[in-house]
Amino acid sequence: MAHILLRHRDIPDINKLEVYRKNGGFEAFKQVVTSMKPEAVTEVVKASGLRGRGGAGFPTGLKWAFMDNKNWPHYVVANADESEPGTFKDREIMENNPFQFLEGVAISAYAVGAHAAYVYLRGEFWQVAAFLDERIEDMEKAGLLGGKLFGTDYELKIYTHLGAGAYICGEETALLESMEGKRGQPRLRPPFPPSFGLYGKPTVVNNVETFTNIPMIFSKGADWYKALGTADSAGVKVFSLSGRVKKPGNYELPFGTTFRQLVYEHGGGIINDRPVKAIMAAGASSSIIKVDDKALDTPMDYASVRTLGADLGSASVIVIDDTVSIEWVISKTVEFFKHESCGKCTPCREGNYWMMHVIERMEAGEDVEANTELLLSVAKQMQNKCLCALGEFATMAVVSGIERFPDDFTTSSIGGGHA
Amino acid sequence: MPKQLVSLIIDGQSVSVPAGTLIVDAAKQVGIDIPVFCYHPKMEPVGMCRMCLVEVGRPVIDRVSGQPVIEGGKPKIQFGAKLETACTTPVSEDMQVVGMSEKARTGRKEIVEFLLTSHPLDCPVCDKGGECPLQNLTMAHGSSESRFKFDDKQHQKKHVPLGDLIWLDRERCIQCARCIRFQGEIVGDAVLDFFRRGRATDIVTYSEPGFDSIFSSNTTDICPVGALTTADFRFGARPWEMNSAASICTHCPVGCNTTLNIRREARSDGNMVIKRIMPRQNEQVNEIWLCDKGRFAHHFSASPDRLAKPLVRTGELVTESSWEEALNLAARSLVEAKQDFIVLAGGRLANEDLFNLKALADGLGGKAALYTHMGGGYLTTLAGVSMDTNFGEMGAGTSILVAASDLYNEAPLWYLRIKQAAARGATLILAGARETKLEKYAAHVIRYAYGDEAQTIKSMQKSKAGQAAAEALASAQNLVVLYGSDGLGLEGSASLAEACAGLLDMTGHAGKPGSGLIGVWPHANDQGAWEMGFQPVADLAAEFKNKLVYIAACDPVGDDPALAEALKSARFVIVQELFQTETTRLANVVLPAQAFTEREGSFTSGERRVQRFYPALPAFGETRPDFSITASLAQKAGLELEGTSALLIMNKIASKYKSFEGLSYARLAEVREQWPLVGRGDIYYGGAIYANTQGLGTRLALLEAGSLPGTKPVESKRPSESELLAIPVCKIYDRGVTVLPSTLLHPHIGDASVSLHPDTAVRFKVQAGSTAQLTVNGTAYQVKVLVDEKVPASVALLPRSMGIPINTPATISLKAA
Ligand SMILES: Cc1cc2nc3c(=O)[nH]c(=O)nc-3n(C[C@H](O)[C@H](O)[C@H](O)COP(=O)(O)O)c2cc1C
Ligand code: SF4
Ligand code: SF4
Ligand code: SF4
Ligand code: FES
Repeated sequence: MAHILLRHRDIPDINKLEVYRKNGGFEAFKQVVTSMKPEAVTEVVKASGLRGRGGAGFPTGLKWAFMDNKNWPHYVVANADESEPGTFKDREIMENNPFQFLEGVAISAYAVGAHAAYVYLRGEFWQVAAFLDERIEDMEKAGLLGGKLFGTDYELKIYTHLGAGAYICGEETALLESMEGKRGQPRLRPPFPPSFGLYGKPTVVNNVETFTNIPMIFSKGADWYKALGTADSAGVKVFSLSGRVKKPGNYELPFGTTFRQLVYEHGGGIINDRPVKAIMAAGASSSIIKVDDKALDTPMDYASVRTLGADLGSASVIVIDDTVSIEWVISKTVEFFKHESCGKCTPCREGNYWMMHVIERMEAGEDVEANTELLLSVAKQMQNKCLCALGEFATMAVVSGIERFPDDFTTSSIGGGHA
Repeated sequence: MPKQLVSLIIDGQSVSVPAGTLIVDAAKQVGIDIPVFCYHPKMEPVGMCRMCLVEVGRPVIDRVSGQPVIEGGKPKIQFGAKLETACTTPVSEDMQVVGMSEKARTGRKEIVEFLLTSHPLDCPVCDKGGECPLQNLTMAHGSSESRFKFDDKQHQKKHVPLGDLIWLDRERCIQCARCIRFQGEIVGDAVLDFFRRGRATDIVTYSEPGFDSIFSSNTTDICPVGALTTADFRFGARPWEMNSAASICTHCPVGCNTTLNIRREARSDGNMVIKRIMPRQNEQVNEIWLCDKGRFAHHFSASPDRLAKPLVRTGELVTESSWEEALNLAARSLVEAKQDFIVLAGGRLANEDLFNLKALADGLGGKAALYTHMGGGYLTTLAGVSMDTNFGEMGAGTSILVAASDLYNEAPLWYLRIKQAAARGATLILAGARETKLEKYAAHVIRYAYGDEAQTIKSMQKSKAGQAAAEALASAQNLVVLYGSDGLGLEGSASLAEACAGLLDMTGHAGKPGSGLIGVWPHANDQGAWEMGFQPVADLAAEFKNKLVYIAACDPVGDDPALAEALKSARFVIVQELFQTETTRLANVVLPAQAFTEREGSFTSGERRVQRFYPALPAFGETRPDFSITASLAQKAGLELEGTSALLIMNKIASKYKSFEGLSYARLAEVREQWPLVGRGDIYYGGAIYANTQGLGTRLALLEAGSLPGTKPVESKRPSESELLAIPVCKIYDRGVTVLPSTLLHPHIGDASVSLHPDTAVRFKVQAGSTAQLTVNGTAYQVKVLVDEKVPASVALLPRSMGIPINTPATISLKAA
C-alpha cells in the first residue's frame, strides 16, 4: 500500500515544494480556506476518528472543538519535541515530507481561527528547524503563508521555536511555558491548553505526526481514513521499531497490525534469531510487556495493547530478547527519568533520585532481594501522586519489570549481562 | 456581588463556602488542618509538594438527565481512584472530602518520607527549629525509621548568601517555590528563581546585587523550612527562648503591626535585647508582611550611643545630672520665658507625647510646632480617609491617585497594597516628575516638571494624559489620593495637598466614606500631630530667636547646620532625645527619652488608624517616656498634666479631639478573626507570622469637611542655565538616627550621592561613579555621582537624610572634585 505519511518513500523529492504540489499538495488547504467554515473543518477531523499521535491518543477533532471562542487570539502549536527514547518518527517526517506536515498545521490553524502557528522542536533538532525555516519561506514565497491566502481574508504565519534539551518540554504545558521563555515545567491542569494555552490564550497542541495526517483526510475523505485501522484506533501509525531486531526503523502500518507482524514481517525478526522476551511499546515510558504467543498476536491499537497491561503511547516499540536482563533495562529507564525529572513535584524529584541510588546498589550486587523490594515500594509510592505524567512514566518499567520478571532480580541474575 | 455558596462535607463536617474556594481553605474555615508546604493562602496554588493529598468524592451524574444520581435519598458519591491535592482543587456542590482516612494519611506519610530523603534534618542547629512546618509535619506524619540510606544524601552548600540580608541553606530547601512566588507574584521583584532541574534544583538570585528587593525578609517567614534565614537573626536565638510584645513599626506612615521578639542574653551583658521583629497580622494594614527596613532597622533602641542620663550645661561645660536638677533648671527657664517659648515636636513621638507637649504649649501660652518638611496635614484631618477605606479591599470601582510620591521608598507596604489593588481592578493614576517603580501598574501616568505639582493636579484635564486620568477620577465610586513630598518642601507640599483636596471636592468625593486624602509623611506619627493641631512653621530660625526652645524627637541642626546659629540665639534650649545629636550639643538641658520599645503608647498612621504599641524592654538607663518628661516639666512650671499613665492620656485625647471621640486603649486592643488564619499550631499554613491578639487599632472619625481652601499658587523654582536645581527625594535606607545604628543595612545606605541625567552630567563635567563637589547654601559637600536616564534633565536628585541638608528644592552648584 502506498504510504500516507511517509510518502517520501514512494515519491522522490517530495520535500521540494513543486514536487509536493504536483502531487496534490496544498489543494486540501486551499479547499478548506476557500470553501469551508472553520467549524466544518473540525467536524471532518472528528468524523475521521483521528487520535493524537503524541502518546495520549486523544481525539484530535474533539480537542479542536474545545477551543474557547470567547478568548482570542488562538494559537496552534506543533509538538516536535520528540524526546521519548525509541521514538524517531517525527524527525523522519519533518526532514522528508515537511510540506505535508506544515499543510496539516495550516489546516488546523484555519479550523481554530489561529493566525500564528508554532513548531516547537527539541534543541537537538536545530538542523531540522533550519530546514523547516527554509520550507516555510518557500511557502511564503508561493503565497501559501502570509496575508490574503487564496484571495480570502485569512492570514497565517508559521514559526519554528527551539527548546533547550529537556524531555519534559514534550509535555504540552511545559512546552508552552518553555515557549513563553519560562522554565520548562508542567502547569497544573485543568485548565487545558484549548482554554488556557500559549500566553494564556486558547491553543491547540498536536504532535507532528497527528498534523501530517490532516491533509490526506481532506483530500481522500474522513470515511476513507476511518476505514483504515481499527474501530478503536482509526488510520495508520508510524511505528518506530528498535531494540534487538534485525531491521530497526520506522514502519507506517495500519492500527491493528500485530506485534508479530511488526517484528517478524517488517523488522526481519530478532538478531541471531533469539526469542523475544519483552516489548516496550511506548519507549522508556512503557510498562514492559512479557511476551508470549498471545502478546505477539495482539493487534497494536490503543485498546488492545491495554489488555496486555501496557500502553501503545507514541508506538515506539523496543524489542528485548533473552540476552537482555530486565534489571538492566530498568536501570536505564530510571537513570533517564532521574535525569529528566523537572523537579517541580516531590514524589518524582525525590523518588527518581532514590530509585537511582537503590538501583546502583543492586547493580553492585548489594543485598539484591531487599533492594528490589525497596525499589518496587518506592516506585509504587510515587504512583498516583505526581503532578504530571512523567513521574508516573518513571514507575512503569520498574513496577512491571519487577513484577513480571522476578527472575531478573536475584543475586545470581544481577550482572547477568546484556547484549 | 456575593459569590454563590457551595455546600460540601469535609471529614464528616458540613461546610458552606463561596464557590471557587479551595478545599484546603474550606477545611481551614471549619478548623480542619490539611497539611501543606507549597500552598500559601496569599498566593496562587501550584500543587508542587503534593503534601495536601486527600480523598475526594463527587456526586455521580446521570449521563442522560445530567442530574445527580440519587441513592437512598442522597446523591450517590463516587470517590476517585487517586488522591487529589486539596490546595488546587476547588470545592463543588455535595463534594465529600476525606483527609483522615488510612489512604490519605498514608499518602502524606509517603510524601514526608520523600521530602526527608533530601533533607538534612539538622533541627538542633536550625534557626527554624521550634517553628518549622517540616519539623512539625515530620513529627505528625513521618516514620521513625529511615528507609533512605544516609550515604545517598546529597550534600550541598549550607551558607549561601542570596544577598547581604538573606542566607540560603541549600540542603534544607524543599523546592516549594514559596520564596520565588512571593517575590514574583506579591512583590513584583522577580529576583529569585530555580536553577537546574530534578533533584539538582536550586534557588538562585538573578539580580545584581543579589536578592535586590526591599521585601526580601518576608520569604524567611513563609519558607516552610530553615532554608532561608536573615543575616540579622540567624544563629541568634531559638524561638522558644524568646518572649514577644506587640508593637508598631515606626519607620514610615504605614504603621505595620509587628511583634518584637526579645530575650535576656549573656552575649548582651545580661540585658534584654530585641532579637528580631516579626510581622503581626493586620489585613487592613500590612497583611502578614513587613519591609526590610521595618524588620532590620531596630538596632537603634539598643545602641550604646543612647542617652542614659539628663545633661545640663554650665557655660561650655556639659555634665550629667539628676532628673530633679535638670527638670528644675528647665522649668525655671520655662517660667521665666513666660509666653516666649516654642515647642518643636518630631513625628516620631507617640500620640500621648504629642498631647502633653501641645497641652504644655497651650497651657503656658507658648507655641507648638511640628518639625517636618511636608505640609498640608490639616487637610488630611478634614478630608482624610476614615472607617470605610480599606487597602485590603480596594479594587474595581476605586481610583487611586498617587501624586509626588515614590511609595516603594517612602511607604513600602502601601506600594504593595496599591499594586495589589490595581491587580484587583482599581484604577491607578500616578502623577510624578520622574519614573517610579509603581508606575508599572498604573493605568495613567501624568508627567510634570518639578515645581508644577499643584498646578498639574489642578489643571489635569488640560493635558491629554491628564484628561483620561481625570475622567477615571471623576467616574470612580471611591477616590483615594495619596500625596507625598518627592521634590517638595513645606510650601510646595502644602499647595499640592490643597490641589488634591480640591480634586476630591470637585469630583464629589470629599467626605465620602471610602474616599479621602492620605499624606505620605516622613514619620510614623506625623498624622497624629496634625490631628492634635500641630502645624509646621515656615521660618524656624526666626522662631528660635530670643525664645526658649523645647525640642522633642527631632534634630533640626543635624538636618540643617545653618540652624545652629539660630539656635544659639535662643534664650534657652531644652532637648528631649534618644541620642546625642547636633541639636542636643547646643542644648542647655538634655532630657533622655525612652524608645518606643520600652514603654507604651499609640501612633496614628497615615491612613488615620490609631494603633497601640506595648513595652517590650526595660527602660534604658534612667530614661523616661516623653509624655512623662513633659508632664514633670509642666508640673514644675505650675501646670498639671497626666504623666504616669498613657492610657489616661488617651482618654483625655478622646475627650478633647473630635476625631478621637470614643477611642480608648480597650478599643484599640480589640481584635476580630482575620483571614487567612495564621500564627497557630498549624504554622505550615501561613508561616511564622504572629497572629494579632493585641489589637487591630481603630480609624479616626471623619471631620466635617466644610469648605476646603483653594490652592495658592507657588512659584516654581526654575534654575538658570548655569545653575542646577537640587530635588529632595526619599531613599528607603538613609542615615536617619533610627536607621544608621543597624550596621547590617550600611551596604544599602551607601554614601551621599546625587543622581543626574546623563546630559546634565556632561553639562557639569562630572562622571558616573566619580566624586563631585556640591555646594548648597554656601556649604560644600563631597557626593558620589550617579547617572540615570530616568532623572529629568537639569535637576539633581538629592536623597534626604544622607548628610546633605535639603528639605526643599534649592539651587546648587556642582563640579568635579
Ligand atoms: C513527559 C511527557 C513527554 C511528552 N513528550 C512528547 C513529545 O515529545 N512529543 C509529543 O508529541 N507529545 C509528547 N507528550 C504528549 C503531549 O503532552 C501532548 O499530549 C501531545 O503533544 C498532544 O498531541 P496529540 O494529541 O497530537 O498527541 C509528552 C507527554 C509527557 C507527559
Ligand atoms: S512528575 Fe516529574 S516531571 Fe512532572 S512535574 Fe513532577 S517533577 Fe516535574
Ligand atoms: S528556600 Fe524555602 S521557600 Fe524557597 S523554595 Fe526552598 S523551601 Fe521553599
Ligand atoms: S512599610 Fe513602613 S511601617 Fe511597614 S515595615 Fe516598612 S517602614 Fe515599617
Ligand atoms: S501540593 Fe498542595 S500544598 Fe503543595
